[in-house]
Amino acid sequence: MAGKIIIETERCKGCGLCVVVCPKGCIEISTESNKNGFFPAQPVPSVVEGAGNTDCTGCAICGIICPEAIIEVLRDDANDASIKIAARPGKKTVQRHSCESRSLRK
Amino acid sequence: MKTVFKRTPTLKDCPTHYCPGCGHGIAHRLIAETIDELGIRGRTIGIAPVGCAVLAYDYLDVDMIEVAHGRAPAVATGMKRTNPDKIIFSYQGDGDLAAIGTAEIIHAAHRAEQLTVIFINNAVFGMTGGQMAPTTLLGQVTATTPKGRNAAGEGYPLQVSEILALLPGAIYVERCALSGAAGVRKTKKAIKHAFELQVEAAEGLSLVEVLSPCPTYWRMTPAKAMEWIEKEMVKVFPLGRLKG
Repeated sequence: MAGKIIIETERCKGCGLCVVVCPKGCIEISTESNKNGFFPAQPVPSVVEGAGNTDCTGCAICGIICPEAIIEVLRDDANDASIKIAARPGKKTVQRHSCESRSLRK
Repeated sequence: MKTVFKRTPTLKDCPTHYCPGCGHGIAHRLIAETIDELGIRGRTIGIAPVGCAVLAYDYLDVDMIEVAHGRAPAVATGMKRTNPDKIIFSYQGDGDLAAIGTAEIIHAAHRAEQLTVIFINNAVFGMTGGQMAPTTLLGQVTATTPKGRNAAGEGYPLQVSEILALLPGAIYVERCALSGAAGVRKTKKAIKHAFELQVEAAEGLSLVEVLSPCPTYWRMTPAKAMEWIEKEMVKVFPLGRLKG
């Protein structure tokens, strides 16, 4: 399990932008409404439990697009897949599978 | 596991009044992140517009002032001239900046005031019910142009950033879009650069125009609104650095 997201579903307005932008399809719209009457976004169950298809890489694209800023993204920093990038000192490590250009993939 | 992304402290931990999928929430967060990253929270004063973002002072935890419609650059001028060490930014929509406040922004740029202006362009008047704004695209259906905007009757979309880029007093003008994660990242970079210029006391006005979705009055889903920015809006409002 490389990444994990926490969505404050009670404040979600269900716009669904995170669902659209998630490259791994790890977010879905809930079938139950929250207290405000919106159908909130939620992580697909496998991501929460840490078992099965845990495709979340912790790329934080959902957090970047969320207009309500209610998504917290966690990433497993002890993951062996992270590589140090010497050319960019400010950017210490990167997950191999979170590289959008795919140039870090083997 | 460590947290790699969460809400920034300058953005108050409260729900916003914006519609689902509105770009204002994203723009507020980018400004809050910029203020935190530059460490200027204690000496920043923001100006909220008249429009949907009129309650921006409820969401940004910096000193904020509310001014008359479109007069933000005029008030900002006074604030910056009397407090040169403060960082003054105005947050204005297209009804505020491109319609009633056109004279103020043009003359603030013309006087080379050291201000940072965040110009949110969503092509309609959102707060009053989705009427046609100067920035409305040709053919776009709004509450006051039910058959689509027609150039013969209502004129052409006003490209304020291009006008301001011609003035020597504007040192940095860039147009970005909040469509997709890449667009949001680019917008963040532009906003940060605009603030940095003022922190470094660069002599002139910096303006970032942000193409922002208004799913409610575009009558689209939030995801479609993002697509519409990429497909239609950027044709009329080309992205990129216009100056600086």
